[in-house]
Amino acid sequence: MIPENITNLQGKLRLKLIDLYYRANAGHIGCSLSCIDLLIASLINNKKPQDSFILSKGHAAASLYVCLNHLGEISDDELTTFYKNGTKLPAHPSANKFFGIPFALGSLGHGLPISTGIAKAYRLQQNKDSISYILMSDGETNEGTTWEATHFAVKHQLDNLIVIIDKNGLQGFGSIDDILGDTASEEKWRIIGFEVLNVDGHNIEEISNGINHFINSKNGKPKVLIANTVKGKGISFMENKMEWHYLPTTESLYQQAIEEISNFYHA
Amino acid sequence: MRKTFSNIIEKISEDDKIIFLTGDLGFNAFENLQEKMKDRFINTGVAEQNMIGMAAGMASKGFKVFCYSIAPFITFRCLEQIRIDVCFHKLPVFIVGNGGGYGYGIMGATHHALEDIACMSSLPNMTCYVPSFIEDVGASINEMMRNDTPAYLRLGLGKNNPGEQEMYKSINTIFLSHDAEVTIVALGPVINNAIHAIENKGLKNKINLFSITRIPIDNFDDGLIQSIVKTGKLLIIEEHVERGGIAESISINLMKRNIQVKQFKSLCALGYPNELYGDQNYHQVQSGMDSENIQKIITDWIN
Repeated sequence: MIPENITNLQGKLRLKLIDLYYRANAGHIGCSLSCIDLLIASLINNKKPQDSFILSKGHAAASLYVCLNHLGEISDDELTTFYKNGTKLPAHPSANKFFGIPFALGSLGHGLPISTGIAKAYRLQQNKDSISYILMSDGETNEGTTWEATHFAVKHQLDNLIVIIDKNGLQGFGSIDDILGDTASEEKWRIIGFEVLNVDGHNIEEISNGINHFINSKNGKPKVLIANTVKGKGISFMENKMEWHYLPTTESLYQQAIEEISNFYHA
Repeated sequence: MRKTFSNIIEKISEDDKIIFLTGDLGFNAFENLQEKMKDRFINTGVAEQNMIGMAAGMASKGFKVFCYSIAPFITFRCLEQIRIDVCFHKLPVFIVGNGGGYGYGIMGATHHALEDIACMSSLPNMTCYVPSFIEDVGASINEMMRNDTPAYLRLGLGKNNPGEQEMYKSINTIFLSHDAEVTIVALGPVINNAIHAIENKGLKNKINLFSITRIPIDNFDDGLIQSIVKTGKLLIIEEHVERGGIAESISINLMKRNIQVKQFKSLCALGYPNELYGDQNYHQVQSGMDSENIQKIITDWIN
């Protein structure tokens, strides 16, 4: 059972996530824990009704589901169907089911072109109040579509596009440095023409400050928040471990995880 | 057909919900659109995957988005973006591929699209339009705009319709004769090879000729099935590989209805059987879909 006395949102949603994954006997825990604080700061704390938000790293769908549950769009009952036959909540978000999930995502590299198209659409509609947010993974920046979209965004001066990169340094089968090198490096994004900020991706205040700075920075440059994160953040035996991209948890590890999160996020 | 297409888009683009994206193509064809549509005409560069993803994002905000390139680049290169971003969400993104089949001739195999209909027509919520004649281009665009759902428009080199103009359907009757002995069905402008064969030999009173301009095919009972039953001889022509083409669709439909034919031939794109290259007509001859071969098949069947 998850303790009910944890009111701190970072702790509360982590507990929900762990519980969800444990009951589903499912993997992708590590990558959900690395981006949950980014979702809290962007989707829950900063996104206005007129903005759009896309979770491009669809494998962290559960972190999106618990946030939409917190926002009241996905009911507790619905959430219990996660991973089960007949669910609207599969491992990667599906199409046309929830207002808060406007696109099916899970094949990496699709989100940034879509978000760039949305940012351009706002421009064509003379809509100056809307922001197009996208949360993507660092591994996802391997995809060529990322770089096709960035060049378009810069050329079209889409400063209403805010890209958040969950930079946990680990991708599907190795570390980002060992595979293609750092495709989510500050230098690469800056040289293409993005305004870049580096933040601690588990510090809600720092993330929010970064987003707010971007919202007010009307300089014609699209934005990227490179959020340095830890895969599996909050659970000692999962932190920075690639295997927690895939492994489901066991009863004893589940109990340990609940305990560690409860102790760490006790406020 | 490209000039006709361009003129029609110019006309309808007064609707400010229409966006036109091109993958860096359109020299000597789309300058009019560029001038008229201003910031709603966007050259998205040599980056087709991004073009389709962006089109989906724009369509989700209320736009109808045309995406243009030559047929192979706008289909195969960005197939997953079309499948997921556009089709899963049933968005009004209109994929326009110029030069379907061997249309780009001597440009070579990279520029041909022989499997595009198979790829596009197997996607969910997708409708394929393959104008046979110049008149079909406008009719196709009207339908795409009205339906407001994903569409693929395959353009080629067209001529005017020599038959009776009728309401635009999936299967269209071009020639119909009381004494017909053979039924011919063709997809796209290659139908002109059949028309040439028929008119050249004065065979018009022996043939029922149908064009297919929209897939999935939905009006089998508007004359085609009756004609096949009556003539018992069926020739299907398409500038596309056999797999996933109209010959397969029609055959399955006939099997479901338990209809048998006495003579059946499917003329389709055979790829590059001699591994040599030439213009569109050269490749049509290699695949046996030229008017001479069509004429030979008809006369064999009639005699």
